[in-house]
Order: sequence, then C-alpha cells, then structure tokens
Amino acid sequence: MRTAMANRLTPYMFMAPAAIIMAIALMYPLGYMVWGSFRDWNPSQTIGEAEFVGLKNYIFLWNDPNFHESLGVTLRFAFFVVTIEMVIGVGLALLLDREIRGISLLRTMFILPMMIAPVVVGLMWRYMYHPTVGTFNRFLDSIGLPRVDWLGDHALTSVIIADIWQWTPFIFILSLAALQSLPRSALEAARIDGATAWQQIIHIKLPLMMPVLIVTALLRLIDAFKVLEVILVMTEGGPGLSTEILALRISRTATEFRELGVAAAMSNYLLILLLLLTVGMFAFNRWQEARAARLNALVEEES
Amino acid sequence: MPTIRLDNLVKRYGNVEVLHGIELEMAENEFTVLVGPSGCGKSTTLRMIAGLEDVSDGEIYVDDRPVSHLEPKERDLAMVFQDYALYPHMNVAQNISFALRLARRPKSEINAKVKEVAEMVGLTDFLGRKPGALSGGQRQRVAMARALAKDSGIFLFDEPLSNLDAKLRGQMRAELALMSQRVQKNMIYVTHDQIEAMTLADRIVVMHGGYIQQQGTPEELFKRPVNKFVAGFMGMPPMNFLDGTLEERAGDIWVAGDGFDLKLSGNIATKAKAHSSREVTLGIRPSDLNYADDADPSQALTLDVQVSEYVGAQSVLLCKCGSAQVMVEVNSETPVALGQTLTFAVNQRGVHLFDRATEIAL
Repeated sequence: MRTAMANRLTPYMFMAPAAIIMAIALMYPLGYMVWGSFRDWNPSQTIGEAEFVGLKNYIFLWNDPNFHESLGVTLRFAFFVVTIEMVIGVGLALLLDREIRGISLLRTMFILPMMIAPVVVGLMWRYMYHPTVGTFNRFLDSIGLPRVDWLGDHALTSVIIADIWQWTPFIFILSLAALQSLPRSALEAARIDGATAWQQIIHIKLPLMMPVLIVTALLRLIDAFKVLEVILVMTEGGPGLSTEILALRISRTATEFRELGVAAAMSNYLLILLLLLTVGMFAFNRWQEARAARLNALVEEES
Repeated sequence: MPTIRLDNLVKRYGNVEVLHGIELEMAENEFTVLVGPSGCGKSTTLRMIAGLEDVSDGEIYVDDRPVSHLEPKERDLAMVFQDYALYPHMNVAQNISFALRLARRPKSEINAKVKEVAEMVGLTDFLGRKPGALSGGQRQRVAMARALAKDSGIFLFDEPLSNLDAKLRGQMRAELALMSQRVQKNMIYVTHDQIEAMTLADRIVVMHGGYIQQQGTPEELFKRPVNKFVAGFMGMPPMNFLDGTLEERAGDIWVAGDGFDLKLSGNIATKAKAHSSREVTLGIRPSDLNYADDADPSQALTLDVQVSEYVGAQSVLLCKCGSAQVMVEVNSETPVALGQTLTFAVNQRGVHLFDRATEIAL
C-alpha cells in the first residue's frame, strides 16, 4: 500500500525542482506585475509604499487617447507585417521548392536577415533611410526622382518594410519545410489528373500546408505585438506617436513618465491580447487533433 | 484503346544509366505486367510512360505518336500509385471527380460519373468520407475509382497492392482481374510480386538490371525461361539450381555434379548434345521432383531431408544434394521423417539446363 503510494508520488517529486524554479522565475515577476498594476507606483517607492488604487490604472488607460493611438499603431503594424510576410514568404517557398543548381546556397542567403540582431537591423535600416546620405534617397537622386521622407511622413510604412525584410525568412523556411513534407505522389497524381502548376498550388499545395501556415501566422502575430528594438532604434516611436507601438509605450511610461502602475496595467492588457491569441492557437491545435482522433476511431470501429 | 511502343528507351541519372534501351510494344487492350526485383527499372519505365520522369534517350509512341515531350495530362492516361496518392483534404467524391472538375465538365456529367465508378468499386456509402477515415483497402478502391473516372485509354499501376496485407491483397487481385476484363483498356502494371504477375497478366515482361530479360505469356515464362534469372524469378518456391558437367556415356548424355548423376532424355538431351560448353547449371522446379522409392536411379535425385515446411495441402522439404540446397514440393500426406535420405524421381520435361558462364538456357 505504502509502496504504491510512493510510486504514484515519484513523478511529482522528480518534477518538483523544475516546478519550484518555474514558480520563482515566472510566476513571481508576473504576480508582481499584476499586483503593481493596481497601485499608483513611482520608481522611487517600494511596492509596499505605493498607494493601492484598484482598477484606476486600467480605467485610465481604457479612456486614454494616447494608449488608443498606440494600440492602433500596434494592430496596424501587426496586421500589415503578418499579411505581407505570409504572402511573400509562402510565395518564395513555392518558387524555391525545386531542385536547381545552387538552391541550398540561395536558401541560406534568404534566411540570413533572421540571424542578425534586431538592434543591428534597426541601425542598418536607419542609415539606409537617412534623408540625405541614406541609400534609398541617394538612389532616388541618382535616377532623378524626388526624395522620400522615409522616417518622417512614411515612418510606419518604413518600419513595416524593415520588419518584413527581417521576418519573411521565418515564414519562408517554415513554409518550405511544410511544402517538402507534402506527399510527392499526391502531387504527381494531380499532374496526371491534369492540374497545371497554378492549379496544383491552389487545389493541393495550399490546402495541405494550411495547418502549418495558420500556426506560423499566429506565431508571427504574437511576435509582432511584442516588437521593440528595431523600432526603438529606427524612430524611437516618432514622429509624434506614429510608430509608437505598445511595447515602446510601456517602456516609456515606466522610464520617462515614471508611472510604474500604468505601465504594468498596459503590460497586462498586452498580455491578455497575447493570451487570447495563444489560446486561439492551442484551440486550433486541439481541434485538429480531436478531428484526427475522431477519424481514427471511425476507421477502427469499422475494421 | 491505344497501342504503346517503347523505342530504345534510355534513362540516365547523371552519369549512371539505369535503363539500357528498352524495346517494348503493348497491343490494344492488353494487360502487361512489368515484373522484377527492386531496382530493376520497372517503376522508372512506368513513370517515363506516365511522364513523371524525363526520357534521356529513345522515344515513347502512343498510337505511333511520339509523346515523350508531352506533359502527363496530355498523354491520355490514368495511374494508380503504391501509396494510393489520394488528396487527403478532399472527400472520396472530390478525389474521384478532381480530374473532371479540372477539365470543367458539366456538373451533371461529373455526378453521374462519380456514381458510376463508385458503384463499380463498391464505395457508394463512403463518398462523403475523407481518405483519413478509410481503411487501406478502401483507399485503394478510391485510387482505382479515381483512375477509372478519367476514362483514359491507358491505365498505369505502380505496385498498387504492395501496401495491403496478404489477405486483402489476394482479394484486390481478384477484383483487379475482374475489372480488367470489364473495362477495355491498355493496362500496364508494375510489381515485384511474381504471383501478381502470373495471375493478372496477358503478357509478362521480366526486367533485371535495366534490361528486359524476357517477355511472353505467364505460361511461356514459367515453362520456357530463356535464362537462369527468369527461371529463378518466376515460380514459388523458386527453381533449384545445381552446377554440373555434361558427360557422354555410351551414346547417352548425362549431367553429373556434387551428389547427383542424371541421364537426360528427350528434347533437352538433344539440346545438351548440341551445346558447345560442358559446364552447365541444372534447373529443376520443386514441383518437378516426385517422391518415389522405386525410381530409376539414373532418373532421380537422392536427397537428405533437413527441414519440412508444412503449408497445408503441400509441404516444402528443404534438402541437401551434396553441398547444395534443394527444395521439393510434396503432398503433405507423404510420410517423411527429417534426417532421412530419400529418392525423388525427376520429371524429364521439367529439366532446364543453363550455360554456366552466360546463364542462358540451352
């Protein structure tokens, strides 16, 4: 009896150290942040000295036009980068899924932008966008076109372009992996059935890649909501609030405005948004697994 | 339905030539089976006919029209794949009708066709299912139905039964035979299973090492193999081979070797006498050896029985003849004890001789 009990407890005992570290390293700061978001908290105070204000920070943000603006920028940024990256990434994968000479070198080159540190990417693009000595405007000069105020009037577009440059490879490699794991014979059957290259993509390749594409898009979306360094280096959120995405606003609220409570509340809003996306992703996975299990059960029932 | 002609068909991958000039003609409504061990080039040949592999040299003619530069869809053919190659995201009806939908046929025609072929292969109740919810045999039927729905003149099969379990394979084989009688098409079927080849084919083409070894009716290949490879490949259990020397004694011709001394008679004796080389390989099928205590020793093999494999009505005895192994098929009722030395009469009409150097039949 005692041994049986000990046996049942053993796995939990082995898991305990990891669980304790997780609790300290993950749950404690998270709880600290949630706790702080209910207080009017200045960086010079300890959290205990700060006044408890209930939901005041959340209500304030709910009505704050600057927060709305920032959230709007974030949503626009995320929507455009993910949409455009998906189209280009999947398109490239469809184009490069073939055996031609030097293809592996080409694939490696496509993945390079992803390997560069975000700060470096930000600096690089900032110099390329420079109004007078930047690569783009010098090029426009040389072919006799008017200069573009990249990081001024078109700041959001410019940071979106930089993000697309950096993160399209991520979607490209995942799509390529998905494409290469497609059943070859189904594609051959489609050729014999009379499908053109375009029809193969529409009717066979894309539908079969869809589960991977949905997860990839969600991963990118979650990432796009948290982007900070590249934009910080390129525009610092400006001009005005035109590129001030949420992560940047949170950082400025905490450091410049010295409103730790508000910053914590804002973080929680972002966290809730990301949680919804993550839960959505898990739900999608579960739904797929459940469907596969149901099909298997059906087959076994018959045989 | 069209005739197909392969003219000096060559396939190279880089510098490696895997098919060395295949010459083959397939008549109208003929069921041709390409058979051979893996790597013999049979699947490559089929895939070249389908247009899934490029032709390195030579030409494929369908009704005297060269087709090797055409896309698969322009060749008027349907194909059944080894792994079925169904479209996993489409249900059975959509799988079957895919080619027709791409061809933008009218809806009523598509529905009628799906219904017709589904009835033919017994899938009417499963039209709404996705392939993932079907058993292996049912998937195989969907693949067949999809090929049938196209109404092409040429039907290609790439080892369609090898993913099924033994019982189902036998059943599907029978259904295939029935179907090939009903639909008048030119069928080309690739398999490594010589039983499938024997049971289905109007004509068998045995391939080995990128060459055609022999082609003919199943009976021709079984009874008159042109070389040692074909003799050993066709038939189960396989033919026994014993190395020996031809000797003339008092006007008769004998073949003698380690543990046996056999007098030849009839047709094979004439051929042996005329042959220039004395070094030969004797080939006898397990079914051409009959247990007979009183057999004439000059017409019999004396064998040590080592293992008896009971397979129902028949038993296969694994025996030693000198240092070589010989298999014998006997009625299971035959009283045989292991370790016995027994005499087996040789059916003279079943004696094959091959030149030992060239392995070509005498």
